Amino acid sequence: MTMLEAREVVSGYGEVEILHGVSIKVEEEQIVTIIGPNGAGKSTLLKTVFGLLPCRRGRVLFGGEDVTGQSPQTMVRKGMCYVPQSENVFPTLTVQENLEMGAFIRRDNYRPKMEEVLALFPDVMERRHTRAGKLSGGQRQMLALARALMLEPRVLLLDEPSASLAPNMVELVFAKISDIRRSGVAIVMVEQNARESLKLSNRGYVLAMGENRLEGTGESLLDSEEVGRLYLGG
Amino acid sequence: MAELVARAGKARTLLTTLVMLRRERPDLFDAATGIGLWVLFGAFLIFAVITDLQLVVVGIILGSIVALGAIGLTLVYGIMKFANFAHGDMMMCGAYLAFFAFISGGSIGPLSFGYGMILAILVAMISVGVGSVVIDRLVYHPLRQRGSGVVVFAIASLGLAITFRALILLWWGPQPQIYVTGIHPAWDLPFGVKIKPDQIFIIATTLFLIAAVYVLLFRTRIGKAMRAMSDNLELARVSGINPDQVIMWTWLIGGSLAAVAGVLLGIQSQLTPDMGFSLLLPLFAATILGGIGSPHGALTGAMVVSIAQQVSTSWIDPGYKVAVAFILLILMLAVRPRGLFGMKT
Ligand SMILES: Nc1ncnc2c1ncn2[C@@H]1O[C@H](COP(=O)(O)OP(=O)(O)OP(=O)(O)O)[C@@H](O)[C@H]1O
Ligand SMILES: [Mg+2]
Repeated sequence: MTMLEAREVVSGYGEVEILHGVSIKVEEEQIVTIIGPNGAGKSTLLKTVFGLLPCRRGRVLFGGEDVTGQSPQTMVRKGMCYVPQSENVFPTLTVQENLEMGAFIRRDNYRPKMEEVLALFPDVMERRHTRAGKLSGGQRQMLALARALMLEPRVLLLDEPSASLAPNMVELVFAKISDIRRSGVAIVMVEQNARESLKLSNRGYVLAMGENRLEGTGESLLDSEEVGRLYLGG
Repeated sequence: MAELVARAGKARTLLTTLVMLRRERPDLFDAATGIGLWVLFGAFLIFAVITDLQLVVVGIILGSIVALGAIGLTLVYGIMKFANFAHGDMMMCGAYLAFFAFISGGSIGPLSFGYGMILAILVAMISVGVGSVVIDRLVYHPLRQRGSGVVVFAIASLGLAITFRALILLWWGPQPQIYVTGIHPAWDLPFGVKIKPDQIFIIATTLFLIAAVYVLLFRTRIGKAMRAMSDNLELARVSGINPDQVIMWTWLIGGSLAAVAGVLLGIQSQLTPDMGFSLLLPLFAATILGGIGSPHGALTGAMVVSIAQQVSTSWIDPGYKVAVAFILLILMLAVRPRGLFGMKT
């Protein structure tokens, strides 16, 4: 079943149009990676899908339902969570408070879920009463993921989860992302580490200048000459 | 003369060292100013206690009042990112609303007022709190929808400040009002300190309310959401926090704290339509000294500014004591703009 679909989405900031009709599709329990040069509009696409930016034309479908133009709060309630590219934790809140904010809209007892999520990230668990601002870059990225898991989403939008991390942390983050998918969550991620992310992806999209450039399975993109030349460094 | 030149020379090298430190090693400079300021404030407090304990006590009383205002100001700034120039006049409105609601008669123990005052304070808190929410809907909400800049918000709040004062002036006139007339003797405490029971009430009320604010901010769901939103608005929205709900609570809390501060100021001295406006500078000085957006900072800043203002009257004319707040404000902005507890940017 198609979990999330963007159809010919047009969006931008103020007068400027950044996306000129971009389409992506994510099936249940799949990982989809979006790659492309800086300024291609990858982050803009995630923000538009999540309702942080108005969708000027085109449609966003979530679980078959038209959710175009709904607010982030509605998306969250419907089971879509989003981790921004930067500033994705609350620095003056403790680790635990960050998770509580992730569960803000839950009215039931979210404690068991919190323990479960913390168990996924032992590094972060150890520092549950530390302010998030004091965590290392890798730990912050883990916390940002953990925050988004608190609502048990059906779809997770991740904007460059491995950006500016040390190589061993990159590996760890990708391992966690695989684990999350295995637990039944569909994932759309934007990535600069194209090779590693495409390896674990079911599908990949290449975006350039606000348009779809290429798409295919993770492997086919890894083998593609154009992707190799542009994004995999040879 | 030669000695003076030598000293000036030394002072200049110290200053250039500091300026160089700031440029070359901003992290060290930051830590140094952080520790330095705490040491400075500590030394000042000890000095002040030795010079004139009575002035320190009065400083703490006024500091309590400023703290209640400054916490509201800092919360509003943290969440809506604008300087609310109407905060002092919200305090004033609270004082007058309590005056309106106050049925005199009776007194609790040694206090100059009775349960009527407690009731009046509650009326003032609720009306200013709810009033702030209504004004937000009417004035600030449309500005937010339009995406107005901080300057527009600040000017709008200044306009509201003037409006509030004009309304109170129309209704009650410019002459000072007093909650309870008559002479209320002060108690003599050790070390020659005199304090009135009413002033103990002021400090106790402040302590109670600040404790309540801390419980709210650090223990409740909405309080944590307020801190989250003040950290990062976009991430708060992404997490499903409803900004409108958080903003409503912020006004409710900030407004009711301002109302109490106003009433306490009225109890401490008297009511005049410009009582709030004249407190605006100490309020901002306290907020910035402590670090904008930080409740601990507002509390510390309020105490430092008020005690400094009070103690300064041993040497300078009390009419100029506002200048002390102003000087502290400017020094802080020059040395450490983020204040004592403010976040690094
Ligand atoms: N808030 C904004 N206001 C105006 N323009 C913006 C804003 N954010 C991004 N842009 C512009 O939109 C274009 C696409 O930006 P976007 O962040 O979507 O790119 P990206 O593909 O995510 O790039 P990167 O790899 O650098 O993250 C860029 O030209 C950028 O300058
Ligand atoms: Mg981006």
